Amino acid sequence: MFDKMKQDIFQAIADPTRRAILTLIALQALTPNTMAEKFDMSRQAVSKHIKVLHECDLIKPEHLGREIYYHFNAKKMQEFDHWLAQFRQSWETQFNQLDKVLATIKAQKNEK
Amino acid sequence: MKNDLLFDFNVDKAAKTVFITREFDAGLSLVWYAFTKQEILDQWAAPAPMRRKTKYMDFKVGGRRFYAMISPDGQERWLLQKYTSITPKTNFKLYNTFADKDENPELPGSEWDYSFSEENGITKVHITIFNESIERMEKLTEGFRVGFTLMLKNLDDLFAASSQN
Repeated sequence: MFDKMKQDIFQAIADPTRRAILTLIALQALTPNTMAEKFDMSRQAVSKHIKVLHECDLIKPEHLGREIYYHFNAKKMQEFDHWLAQFRQSWETQFNQLDKVLATIKAQKNEK
Repeated sequence: MKNDLLFDFNVDKAAKTVFITREFDAGLSLVWYAFTKQEILDQWAAPAPMRRKTKYMDFKVGGRRFYAMISPDGQERWLLQKYTSITPKTNFKLYNTFADKDENPELPGSEWDYSFSEENGITKVHITIFNESIERMEKLTEGFRVGFTLMLKNLDDLFAASSQN
């Protein structure tokens, strides 16, 4: 499940408009209509972005009366950052391996 | 071994670029050698328990390197690199793509830039990875992620294997 989501989350944040939407609703939950106004976009265009963001769980809807307010799901972003941290870890592992290789070569040179 | 060696890792998600900086407790010549010689590269450039196998490597401008990342269960993921620029002991650039086992590249790929500099016997390496597509960036990390998960499970094995090097 995470694999599917991960791909979506990359897609989601690759788009500048969606990043702007996330930045905005991180400060305050908004309805699709308000988003459309703020970004000077059609309601349809906003709905498409909302769909992508919602599918990868980056935003969460809350029904208040007849309106739907979308909140930023900070937990999901943390999961993504966690995944990036793993990528970082893989590099760290390789470099630690290289440290040992370098130390070995240096030691061999000194023996000669 | 010194423990205060710099390691910096940054991802600019919007620019689809990864920035990595690492210091090594060795001279420039040796570090350059470790990054550009097939025998040495295959010793360290895959996070254990992943392995790396190079079929051929022709380190010159226009030359190519064809290699595989191999998971502990024997799955091979082939990669094709083409060296686009080499300034000895200073910088080299390559274009990296996934490929099938018959060397057919799967586009798009990513551009890698390696820079080397030495100060007081410590060599600093800057790596910049620019990905043409976000999907590509995600794929790039796939093998590593598997490697990392397995690594956690086999920490003891990892340390044992590394200390033998």
